[in-house]
Amino acid sequence: MDKVMSNKKMIALYVLPALLLVLVLIYVPIVLTGYYGLMKWDGIGEMTFTGLDQYAKLVRDAAFWDSAGHSLLLAAFSALSLLGYLAAALVLAGEVKGANLLRKLYLIPMLLSSVAIAQLWAKIYHPTNGILNTLLGAVGLPDTVEWLSDTSIVLLSIFIPIIWQYAGFYILIYYAALKNIPTSLVEAARIDGASPLQIALRVKLPLIAGVAKMTVVLAVVGSLKYFDLIYVMTGGGPNGASEVMASYMYKQAFSSYDFGYGSAIGFFLLLICLAVTWLIRKLTSSEEVQYS
Amino acid sequence: MSQRLAAARAEAGPAGRSAASPVLKTLLYAALALIAVAQVFPLLWLAVFSLKDTQEIFTKSPLSLPASPKWENYEKVWTEGNIGQYFFNSVWYTVAAVAATVLLASLVTFALTRMKWGWKKPVLGLFMVGIMIPIHSTLIPLFQMFMKAGLTDHPLSIILAYTAFNLPLTIMILLGFYETLPREVEEAAVMDGCSVNRIFFQIVLPMTASVLATTVIINMIYNWNEFVFVNTFISSDTLKTLTVGIQNFIGQYSADWGAIGATLMISILPILIAFFALSNQIVEGMTAGSVKG
Repeated sequence: MDKVMSNKKMIALYVLPALLLVLVLIYVPIVLTGYYGLMKWDGIGEMTFTGLDQYAKLVRDAAFWDSAGHSLLLAAFSALSLLGYLAAALVLAGEVKGANLLRKLYLIPMLLSSVAIAQLWAKIYHPTNGILNTLLGAVGLPDTVEWLSDTSIVLLSIFIPIIWQYAGFYILIYYAALKNIPTSLVEAARIDGASPLQIALRVKLPLIAGVAKMTVVLAVVGSLKYFDLIYVMTGGGPNGASEVMASYMYKQAFSSYDFGYGSAIGFFLLLICLAVTWLIRKLTSSEEVQYS
Repeated sequence: MSQRLAAARAEAGPAGRSAASPVLKTLLYAALALIAVAQVFPLLWLAVFSLKDTQEIFTKSPLSLPASPKWENYEKVWTEGNIGQYFFNSVWYTVAAVAATVLLASLVTFALTRMKWGWKKPVLGLFMVGIMIPIHSTLIPLFQMFMKAGLTDHPLSIILAYTAFNLPLTIMILLGFYETLPREVEEAAVMDGCSVNRIFFQIVLPMTASVLATTVIINMIYNWNEFVFVNTFISSDTLKTLTVGIQNFIGQYSADWGAIGATLMISILPILIAFFALSNQIVEGMTAGSVKG
């Protein structure tokens, strides 16, 4: 057994292709991103070493911090919306008829590309021919809202399709976790006279704390690096009002050809994502409960 | 077990079960139904306006139905642009990348769970941390590397990037399954003098068919919808995928909503059809994919 399964040549053959791909296409680039961030470089010509200048520029760049603020707002919004998904999943995982069909319907938007979602919602938001203003008008509310060109609401207008996109995914995760709880535990609490609300808060929630923690990491990190839908829908506009970190980085690099500065932002984005992951795990590390 | 549960329910009696009043229950049902409507209605609306002509869209209520379905919208976008080409590109990039990802991930997972070697921990760690790394933090060097290798505006840049970035999650899903596979058959095979390749390809790989289906589906959805890599590495229109291609294509039709709707419908139909055919596996795949993080 040992001889066959510890054949060095075979192990290399099985591990190296995937490992090399990941090293060369993910790990080498993140190191290079940090390195390019030390350069002044237009992506074509010579690089000039400028030390920490690009990072200093980043610290002083108000437009960048605006975009970072929007990313953080999206992260907070996504994390809060998890509570809604959890509530929906708690109801759905009760004895609801058609729960299986419902959770599948919820999931549909998650299967679509961000480009399709952005184009569709741009039509929904259309001031005169979109359904949103039509529906608002039908119930007597203001129906001339410029959802995507009013700088004071464009950010919210962008968050809603993102919620629409991911709601089914998180409800599905919570639903699966809740269905995993042994019924004997819930029945025991019920016999002891606990109300459905008490059962949900005191029995079910602690039992899915591990999954809940993971979803918070997913939602927050996913928001911090969010790009596609915003880039397609508004391009960060109008006037930077819906710019996020990733779209700002993309424009600096691939529209302004400031590859040095774009790299500095990319590296900063990486540090933030890793730090936030670590922080959330640290803050919630003692909350796991076992089924016993 | 179920008998005991039934007994427990009977004991608790109607009083114990009435905590959720009928009114509350109806309200909760209504809320669940409302979410379903919110999730599905925009797509139904899309299907409807893809069948309208421009006059109907701009002079009648957005909620009205077309007088007669304008299938010519579909005909027009399919023949006027490169949608057929984009579609073909999406299919073949997706198939190639999914095949490479699932095969390479299976090989690594087999080595990680069955073979004996040092360095397992750091190697596993590299794959797992890979899940958290934002694409944007790799984009500029990747662009640069592909350019030097002559791979920008080449399908290989897309297939390689898809494979590398989906490997970590795929390995993670496979790992959980490999851990639960019984080892007796392989041990017997080793005794009989089977080679590693035979054990992997003829014994272990077939046993993982169900989880492979899950990883294939989740990879397929991610690759089909991917935007940033294609938008960055590919410049020729004839090499673009549906996701990026329609974005540029739609630009020409700024006021022709019917054409835009038809384009969008064509781009999402394959995924919707796959969903209706394979919804159970997709749901399972999405749940398994969620284990990442």
